This record gives sequence, C-alpha cells and structure tokens, in this order.
Amino acid sequence: MFDSARLAQILHAHEGVEGPLLPILHDVQESFGHIPEAALDPIAEALRLSRAEVVGVVGFYHDFRKTPAGAHVVKLCRAEACQSMGGTALQARLEAALGQKMGETKNGVTLEAVYCLGLCACAPAALVDDRLIGRLDAARVDAIAKEVRA
Amino acid sequence: MKIWVPADAAARACGADEVAAAISAAAEQRGVTVELIRNGTRGMVWLEPLVEVETPEGRRAFGPMTPEDVPALFDSPDSHPKAQGLTEEIPFFKRQTRLTFARCGKIDPLSLMDYEAEGGLAGLRAAIARTPAEVVEEIVASGLRGRGGAGFPTGIKWRTVLGAKAAQKYIVCNADEGDSGSFADRMLMEGDPFCLIEGMAIAGLATGATQGYVYIRSEYPDAIRVMRAAVEAATHAGVLGADVLGSGRAFRVEIRVGAGAYVCGEETSLLNSLEGKRGVVRAKPPLPALEGFMGRPTVVNNVLSLAAVPWIMAHGGAAYNAIGINRSRGTIPLQIAGNVKHGGLFETGFGITLGEIVTEIAGGTASGRPVKAVQVGGPLGAYHPVSDFDLPFCYEEFAGQGGLVGHAGMIIHDEGADMLALARFAMEFCAIESCGKCTPCRIGAVRGVETLDRVAAGDPTALPLIEDLCNTMKLGSLCALGGFTPYPVLSAIRHFPEEFTPMREAAE
Ligand SMILES: Cc1cc2nc3c(=O)[nH]c(=O)nc-3n(C[C@H](O)[C@H](O)[C@H](O)COP(=O)(O)O)c2cc1C
Ligand code: SF4
Ligand code: FES
Repeated sequence: MFDSARLAQILHAHEGVEGPLLPILHDVQESFGHIPEAALDPIAEALRLSRAEVVGVVGFYHDFRKTPAGAHVVKLCRAEACQSMGGTALQARLEAALGQKMGETKNGVTLEAVYCLGLCACAPAALVDDRLIGRLDAARVDAIAKEVRA
Repeated sequence: MKIWVPADAAARACGADEVAAAISAAAEQRGVTVELIRNGTRGMVWLEPLVEVETPEGRRAFGPMTPEDVPALFDSPDSHPKAQGLTEEIPFFKRQTRLTFARCGKIDPLSLMDYEAEGGLAGLRAAIARTPAEVVEEIVASGLRGRGGAGFPTGIKWRTVLGAKAAQKYIVCNADEGDSGSFADRMLMEGDPFCLIEGMAIAGLATGATQGYVYIRSEYPDAIRVMRAAVEAATHAGVLGADVLGSGRAFRVEIRVGAGAYVCGEETSLLNSLEGKRGVVRAKPPLPALEGFMGRPTVVNNVLSLAAVPWIMAHGGAAYNAIGINRSRGTIPLQIAGNVKHGGLFETGFGITLGEIVTEIAGGTASGRPVKAVQVGGPLGAYHPVSDFDLPFCYEEFAGQGGLVGHAGMIIHDEGADMLALARFAMEFCAIESCGKCTPCRIGAVRGVETLDRVAAGDPTALPLIEDLCNTMKLGSLCALGGFTPYPVLSAIRHFPEEFTPMREAAE
C-alpha cells in the first residue's frame, strides 16, 4: 500500500543524483508494486517537473505498472530465438493452461510477453517471478502453470 | 577439491543453482572439502550447467549436469556419462580467439585478485602511463569499431570527445542489449565485470571524462547485481574513485537500470532515458560526443567495444588490428542462438564464413532438420538463406548483401520456420517498440502488420503495398528501428517468395 513516508524516503535518497526520475520510479514500483497515482504529484514536485511530464515518462516504459500485478508474474519470451524453438506453440499452451491471454492478470497471475531475456542459446525462455527458466518444453510449461495457480 | 559451477543467468536458467546445491550436499555427505566457485559461463550454453573440476592436467568439464549426475562426479568421475574432457580442449572452445572473453568463465567474477592474476588492470596501467591523446591514437590504430550495431570507429569517437572543451564529460556504456539472439553483453557483465569497468576507466582517462554510467536493461537482474557489486569492489580497491590506481585522476561509475523499452538501446534515446525523460530518439546533429548526457560531451559505447579496450591497451593496437579482414578488425564475439545444436558464445577474428559458423561450429539445427534461414544482427537484421553461407562475417560483406552484423547475434531457424509469420513479427515488434517520433515508423509498422495479414489471407494486391511501405519506412525514419525493420521483412520475401504468394494455402 502507498505510504507517503516511504515515498519521501525514496525522494530523499535520490537528491543530487543526475537524472533521478527512472531510479525513483524503479524504487517506487519496488516498494508499492506499481506507480500509485498518489505518488505522481510528490515526485513531480520534488524534481520540479509537471505532473504531465511524470505521467508521460511512466507511460513510455513497458516496465512501469499503473495497477499492481498479480501475486505471480510470468513473462514469456516471444522474440525470434524462442520462436525458432517452438515458443509460439508453448505460448498457446500456457495461455490455455492459465485460461488467460498475454497481457492479462487473472486469478492472481499476470502473464506478459517479454522480448528477449538473453537466454537465446537455451531457448525458449521465461521469467517466473524472479526465476529464469530456459529450455522450456510442454512439461515445463505445465509445471509453471501448476505452480503459479497453486 | 576445486569445483566451478557457473552463476551465469543461462546456466541458472538450466538448473545450475540446483546442481551447485547438490555438489555441496554430496561433498558434505562424503566428508570432502570442496571449494565451490560460482564463475561466469565459458559460453558453451548447450553444455550448461557446465561443471568444472580441477585436476593436475587442467580443468575437466562435465555437462549438461543435473543434480542426479552429481554423485558420480565424486564417486566415478572417469566414467561419468557427462564427461567432456578438458574444458579448453573442447573443439568449440579451442577454435576461438578469446581476447575480450579470455577470463569469462575462468575466474571468480568478483575477485579482483583473480582478475589481476589473469592479466586484468594491465591495460589501465598502460593507459595511465601515457597521455590521453596517445591512448586515443592506440584505439584508433586498433581499428576497433563499435560493437553495438552501427560499427562506428571507437577511437574516432573518443578523439571528438577528447577535443571537446567542457567542465564535465561522461562515459556512457550501452548495456541495453535488446536484440533478440544477443547475450554477449550479459555474459561479459556476469562473468568478467571488471573488464568492462577497466575499459570504461581507460575511456575516461583518454577523453577527460570523470563520470561513467552503465545503462543495463531491466531484463538482466543478474548482470545488474554483479555489476553493482563489482563497482563497489573496484571503488573500494581504488581502481575507481578520486584517484584511479594512484594516477591522481578521478573516474567513477554508477549503474542505471532501463525500464523495458527496446528503443532505449539507440544512443540518443538512451541518453534521454538516463536523464529521466521519455526514451524518444533525438535528431543528430548534435552528436552525443559533443552534446550528450545533460548536453555535455559524452562517449556512448557498447559493452563489447569498451571491454575490448583493456586488451588493446595491454597488447597494443597493432596486435588487435592484425586480426580480421577488410575494415573489420580484431575479434567479434558471435552469439549463436535459436534452433541450433551447439549454441553459445564464439569469439573469433572477422572473416569466418556464415556457413562455417552454422554448420561446422554450431553443428546445424537442434531439431536435426535442415537449416532454412539465419537472422543475423537482431530483430532489424536480414534473414539469410543457405545460399548466403559463403558470406565472410564482416561489416562490409553483410552490408553488401542488404544485411548487417549488428551486435553479432544470429538466430538459426529450421525448415519449419514460417517466414510470413516472422516478417509479420518484425513489423509487430517495430509497432510495439516505436518511440513514436516519426510517422513512417509509428504508423507504418501497424500498417505493415495489417498488410501482411492480408497477404496471409490471400489478397494478391497486398504484397506490392508491403514493398512500398518498406521503402517509405527506410527513407522516412529517423533511426534504425523504423529504418531497418524492412530488412528482415524484405529479405524474407526475396528469399522465400513462395510463402508470400496467394497460392500459399492451395500449395499447403
Ligand atoms: C533501435 C536501436 C536499438 C539499439 N540497441 C542497442 C543496444 O541494445 N546496445 C548497443 O550497444 N547499441 C544499440 N544500438 C546502437 C546505438 O545507437 C549506438 O550506435 C551504440 O551504442 C554506440 O556504441 P558503439 O559505437 O560502441 O557500438 C541501437 C540502435 C538502434 C537504432
Ligand atoms: S524510426 Fe521509429 S523508433 Fe526511430 S525515431 Fe522514428 S519513430 Fe522513433
Ligand atoms: S529470444 Fe527469447 S531469450 Fe532471447
């Protein structure tokens, strides 16, 4: 939950940093799980920006969330090396197993596309919460679905 | 007993942590004292987790290891089913010319002592002993060109920054590595982070920059963690800080994290992002070398460009320049990925042919089916058919074939590849990642997806529209995202026309 004292701490910790906005947004998201509305004005004020500028930056980057993610986040690589190893079929399998499409949050699970995890020589690859998984196959996909739905 | 288990992200994604835990447990059970080192990867990813055991003859490799394979490592190593012989005798490894990656996988990544024992800091010491202009000219003489994609001569860029007058200059390391099929930056940062730090410090001394930033993509949490720890260790040891190795000159490094935008790998977009803005591409001029980060003179270099610098300073520009062909000098860390038997990192002099890489070194496809196409240089690179296999790997030859070397990643596809789907993906990716500044890129890529869907539906009027659209994107885009997305699309159409004809469905 949003906590203005924690936000003040984050802002204070970035005083004197050159180009502090992205590091601040990362810390805010780390602390609150997303970028809360209530954080926008204090950030803008501290950096002497307009609220619209902060909103523009938050909106530009795929990483920053306007709403909290599910308790589990599954990021499946959709880029070319993973496609070459059957990633597209695995995507369909995972979507069917979870009952949700890429980009959706359902039953506490967020399923998202990612474009390359740097695991292209052990493709297909996924990131499940903080754990990287390479050499994905049907069995591993099923295990991921089971784990995050548990 | 000394055992190495890589902590590289690819090794961990294939189960290295579980193998390491099994080794500790098995050692304890047997009352054997093991010194377990979490190294970087040797780059033979198909063998990961690749465990190495010290022997009097050298380090012996076992892989790909599972926890179940661990007991035999202690009880019957000579007849171990995963034994690969001496690591450095494995043909994939032995054939390489490892300059930039000489230490990667060999040392404990965060031990400065290991780093120095294996030749680290010799380049920085050589640079301290010379004038900035001499260091710059050494890099010019090496023929090193930017490994991030554009291939601009690194020394010339540094010369511009050295010549610029300003109270504050910067070294910005581009570690955004967004290209699919690429992972060399990640491997180096995880396996030999001090090499990058040393390269940046040399760049700082050579150009008069005292502050460095490494902009690492957020998809690389392991690299971020290792680099942060390495900067701290280097600062503590006086390699970085107010007085670099007692030279009386300052250089500091800070790690910054991207936020999931591919376009932020483009250098001016990256600078905007670093300043805390939207990652929109800036028009050039002004060059970042003159007006870069915060409007001040800035070197922006890829990880591999900077990591090549310590070797060049330690051994001389001429030694580096002696390797390679045409105006592609030195070594290139190839990244072999996708549907391939022996995937991984292969550092070699420029000039090796595409066919040698794919067929001999990588051993063809993982599926065992024939190779259909190889995409070289990331999502903006062309699809090369097997008839291009005699192409020597260098900037000039690939440009001559409507392709690019890019960051030297290559993705192999077997005959099951759907070229129309891959062409569509290229457009889709461009639409998702466009920074939005120019219409041909922002709107054109969306039109491209729609039009390719019409091709797939059998509309015979759609294909000529794709050609027109690609021309518009090539001519009207400010950066290579919009400007080069046509390359994978048009190369797929040119080499596999039968997959783009209205007869497609009838033929299947
Ligand atoms: C869309 C786009 C993405 C890019 N991504 C990267 C990247 O991830 N890493 C990189 O080093 N260069 C990337 N570049 C190239 C940079 O703009 C720039 O040329 C490079 O960082 C300069 O460093 P170098 O001379 O050492 O290669 C990209 C360019 C474009 C147009
Ligand atoms: S080509 Fe695309 S990504 Fe590049 S500047 Fe134009 S809109 Fe931005
Ligand atoms: S393309 Fe999927 S990890 Fe690189």
